[in-house]
Amino acid sequence: MTDTARAGPIKVVLGKPGLDGHDQGAKVVARALMAAGMEVIYTGLRQTPEAIARIALEEDVDVIALSSMAGSHLNFCRKLKPLLDAAGLDDKLWLIGGNIPRQDHDALRALGFKGIFATGARLDDITAFIRENVVSGAGPSQAANCTPSGGSAAASAASVGVHK
Amino acid sequence: MNDRLPADAAPVVNESGIPIQPLYTEADLKASGGTAMLGQPGEYPFTRGIHSLMYRKQPWTMRQYAGFGNAADTNARFQYLIANGQTGLNVAFDLPTQCGLDSDAPLADGEVGRVGMAIDTLRDFEIAFEGIDLDRITVSLTINGAAAILIAMYLAMAERRGFDVRTLRGTAQNDILKEFIGRGTWIFPVLPSLRLVGDTIEYCAAHAPKYSPVSVCGYHIRESGANPAQEMAYAFCIARAYADEVLRRGLPIDEFAGRLSFNFNIFGNLFEQVAKFRAGRALWAKIVHDQYGATKPGSMWMRMIAGGGGSGLTFEQPELNIVRGAYYALISALSGAQTMALCCYDEAYTIPSEHAQRISLRTMQLLIEEMGLCDTVDPLGGSYYVETLTNQMRAEMERIIADVDARGGIVGLVADGSVQAQVSAQAYARQRDIEAGRYRKVGVNCYRVDEEDPKVEFHPYDEADAAAQIARLAEVRRTRDNAAVARALDAVRHAAVAGANTMPAIVAAVKTYASVGEITAALTEVHGRYREPVKF
Repeated sequence: MTDTARAGPIKVVLGKPGLDGHDQGAKVVARALMAAGMEVIYTGLRQTPEAIARIALEEDVDVIALSSMAGSHLNFCRKLKPLLDAAGLDDKLWLIGGNIPRQDHDALRALGFKGIFATGARLDDITAFIRENVVSGAGPSQAANCTPSGGSAAASAASVGVHK
Repeated sequence: MNDRLPADAAPVVNESGIPIQPLYTEADLKASGGTAMLGQPGEYPFTRGIHSLMYRKQPWTMRQYAGFGNAADTNARFQYLIANGQTGLNVAFDLPTQCGLDSDAPLADGEVGRVGMAIDTLRDFEIAFEGIDLDRITVSLTINGAAAILIAMYLAMAERRGFDVRTLRGTAQNDILKEFIGRGTWIFPVLPSLRLVGDTIEYCAAHAPKYSPVSVCGYHIRESGANPAQEMAYAFCIARAYADEVLRRGLPIDEFAGRLSFNFNIFGNLFEQVAKFRAGRALWAKIVHDQYGATKPGSMWMRMIAGGGGSGLTFEQPELNIVRGAYYALISALSGAQTMALCCYDEAYTIPSEHAQRISLRTMQLLIEEMGLCDTVDPLGGSYYVETLTNQMRAEMERIIADVDARGGIVGLVADGSVQAQVSAQAYARQRDIEAGRYRKVGVNCYRVDEEDPKVEFHPYDEADAAAQIARLAEVRRTRDNAAVARALDAVRHAAVAGANTMPAIVAAVKTYASVGEITAALTEVHGRYREPVKF
């Protein structure tokens, strides 16, 4: 979050960390962010921490968002944090959503994840939170779009953590 | 008859888009096509059930989804469920296994044994099923991308335990096309993946003819955003794609169609689900009979598992999920399901506890023992409403299938991401409807309460389990005949390059204790890896 105003829409990388294949929620959130005028780079499934940090850096995003339904979020975020720090992305807004038990929220906040949107979160609350917390001057734009980066994205209010 | 709805009353339309009337009569049933497709239970087109006596002869199989940690942990849970009256097993694998990775692969870090049991080699399968009578307890493997390997391991394990593979029953999910739509445990590109499914069907038809190598899943397509009619129509399109792949190899339809099975979702309007299943049974029978020329009744049976979960359950007021589960079981029973894997109330939070699994098991036992659900076949048959809706649902499914065919068929629509984009757009619209209160979910957008932390017992994840699993894999690698493994993996590569059926080579490889990751890597060298199309 810098003071430098930047033209254009808020840019979000929406990542699916690890091997979790449940992307319904991620895609729903991607659509909500696009509908709110944001630009979404959806990573697709099976992303490593390195890949998410690289995409975030290359795409010069304002927001780094993860969607995790399979329980490995803490392990993944502990690996992602130093990579984001090293890439100078510690001033971006970090979010995580999905099947994130309450007992893990403090640890995730301590790692730098400012927004935690567990199952049950409302789409409008996610977009409002992003607007309130990205202060780069970016705002809603007419040029909403979504760029696949080769892989899937965020959290659903309706999915669950059992992998049938 | 003088009651009138207010002029501004909103029309009632079910999720599949069919308008619902306040009353159905004989005239409505006639207008929808009458009873031409009804028949009798056990007779074509099987609307009323695939068997004449259904549950009167044998209740549905109870097969709860279970598996976590390592093979020994999972074996203990299996034994617990069997001791409590469960009649089948439905195996959960961890994500590395499902994605064809060994427990020591870098991408597996943090995921070993987390959402299911870790399996690296045949050694793990030997431990997982120790002491379980595989002739009495049928086992369903929830495995897709790596299904060929895990089916091979299951058959090899059973054979070594002394069971006759020729009479062994059981099921593998092995529905890769739906993995590309939702669930996401794909490995290889679409066409080689389809060929692998063909390999398993062809191999089992010859060597394990009682085994069901594929369970085609509408379930996950519905979870990804499809409506009930689409769920079933897309599943049938996918089942036809597998049948076409096997027919192309020269196997007659009656040699394998009887071993295809289905897995469907169950949440939503009770009558719509019952009509969906009854309609689906008749439509699948008609497809296999008319389009494929099958003559054996068993080839035309839409055998199915149902049981709910996912989108139906809520994070809010989780104890309400016990009640939802009871209704799901009731719907399954009223619909003539062969097997239930009833969801557990804590699923929105964690891997189900023993307690939660026992409640679900007891829910099914209540229906059998106390509620009379096994007494009479197709108890809703003959209802003007249910029969009319069954006709209408069948017509809607036929319309969707014709539309898929007109657009070039399901394989192309999955490969280019069209189906994914369609269901994802519907999931988004549904989420907006939920948040706006247009689609009611009790506890979510109505009848909310200020909840304290719900009293859910979280399944513990032990990092030491993953370390032990990796150590066991290392031990197997150290003690097996590695020259034999290398030769077996070469044979897998050669079969794949030659376009031959890879199953004999895969079965031979697992018997050398080649790992899931090693066999997957051999196939990936030939087939490459899937690249996900992302369409919005």
